[in-house]
Amino acid sequence: MNVSRAPLPYNPKILELFRNPKNLGKMEDATVTAVAGNPLCGDMITFYLKINDQDVIEKASFESYGCAANIATSSIVTEMIRGMKLEEAWNISYKSVAEAVGGLPSIKFHCGILAVGALKRAIRKYYTRKGAPPSWLSAEPSFEEKQALEEEELAKALSRRMKLEEGK
Amino acid sequence: MSEEKPGVNMVENVKELLKAHAGLKHEVYLDNENSSIVPGEVVEAMLPYYNQRAYGNPTLTHKPGWEAFEVIMESAQRIAGFLGCKTLEEVNFTPGETEANNLALMGTALSMKDKGKKIVISEVEPINVLNVTEMLQKSGYVTTKIPVDNEGFINLERLKAAVDKETVIVSLSTVNHEIGTIQPIKEALKIVKDQNPQTVFHTDASDAYGKIPFNVQDLGVDLATVSSYKILGPRGIGALYVKERVNIEKILEGQIGTQRLWPGVENTPLIVGFTRASELTFQNFEQNTSHLRKLRDKLVDGIVETVPDILLNGPKGDRRAPDNANISFLRCEGEALTIELSLKGVYVSSGSACSRRLLQPSHVLVAIGRKFDEAHGSILMKVASYHTEEDISYALEVIPRAVERIRGITGSTGAE
Repeated sequence: MNVSRAPLPYNPKILELFRNPKNLGKMEDATVTAVAGNPLCGDMITFYLKINDQDVIEKASFESYGCAANIATSSIVTEMIRGMKLEEAWNISYKSVAEAVGGLPSIKFHCGILAVGALKRAIRKYYTRKGAPPSWLSAEPSFEEKQALEEEELAKALSRRMKLEEGK
Repeated sequence: MSEEKPGVNMVENVKELLKAHAGLKHEVYLDNENSSIVPGEVVEAMLPYYNQRAYGNPTLTHKPGWEAFEVIMESAQRIAGFLGCKTLEEVNFTPGETEANNLALMGTALSMKDKGKKIVISEVEPINVLNVTEMLQKSGYVTTKIPVDNEGFINLERLKAAVDKETVIVSLSTVNHEIGTIQPIKEALKIVKDQNPQTVFHTDASDAYGKIPFNVQDLGVDLATVSSYKILGPRGIGALYVKERVNIEKILEGQIGTQRLWPGVENTPLIVGFTRASELTFQNFEQNTSHLRKLRDKLVDGIVETVPDILLNGPKGDRRAPDNANISFLRCEGEALTIELSLKGVYVSSGSACSRRLLQPSHVLVAIGRKFDEAHGSILMKVASYHTEEDISYALEVIPRAVERIRGITGSTGAE
């Protein structure tokens, strides 16, 4: 309840990506698509990856239902991973994404986590579908995948609880 | 590490954000819920009281002190008149709505501590009421929150069932601050007093004062909060009406001057500004409120005509305050929309702010049955007397495009 309403001083890089996001939009010929977050969280990202038979990301795009930080971090991830091997992309952490956008206000850290969570889900989904996960892909969910799941579950639980209270 | 700490970086970032607004050809401030533009006429009325007259402490025995005493008492008299008070002593200046609501609830809890430990509010009260009741719960008070219907009207049967011999205070806003619902306060008060004549009835009338006919004696309430900035007066001043013979205790300690419930030296210029803003509001009350209603309707109708997939939050017509518009834009995240609109010179606030890991949706919108995603895309706008038709036309030019751009980023995300 006691949420601070600090003015969210987004830096110029985030503002620029918010105004002119890169690689925005649905990709019709995507090899794999993954989603993190849900509208209940007020934060949701879809990643589209085009992956070639060398396991290299040829192109990436995104759609985002979220705040400026969400849009900026999603946009930067699509730029960062273009041309990367999936193994390399897997090693991207939310910290490097936060750094790439020039820093995030602390209350917006979860936006970077969610963007990387969506990316890692896409990579996992790709290999699961392929049926041959490489050795570097741990069966254990990564930090960002776990966090994304937790955020989704939390939103669902809160929404259920508020509905219950309402019907009391 | 890339975490931004409060300090220089944040200020530098804000400077850059402000630069991004350079060259705006038109600006329309519609966030009068959260702060307001103070008209020049009000500022001019205040200025002499900083350094030309009445700059003394009103409790002291010299000319500037007596001048301050005189203007504070005359201001209280004016505001008592606008509120419909019996005496000017019923007007207690406080530094604002938050302080007046804290004083009403805590001050009553203190004075009635032997009478009971029950508090009744509604689900749609402002945060400064909700948080006070949460704090009082730690001292053993029990709060019942009365549910509302899908337009925000309180359930009177539930109110009746909630009030008993141990209820010390009931606090219900006259007009809801987010969705403009005008509550049936007179009926609610009758129900409460029939159940327990000793229960103190408080209403936060910050969004009623100057917006709808409101008279404390007609209504019969015990306590009522009013706020200066909600009628385009300066921030930092408000008042709590305390009906004659209703006993509440002060909640801050210090030197008491002319205000028996609020210690400290009176802020004479702010009191003068609040009074001048009240005079401007009430001297053409009918004209002012019909101007607000006309502009608000133009704004809402214009959005309905041009923007698909929206939900109007709150009641329509005479059951809603004339200045309030609250709209949910589906598939359009609220914070992103406020920033996009700001860059185009239209200033509004959103029903939720993306913070921590979860967006906290507006408790008011959730209480009227809006789903989380519907609440997240909500925008609150309040028109004011300084707005013109051109201002609203400009907002109507900007809003559909902004919504379209943000929806373009959303794309098919979240589509089932």
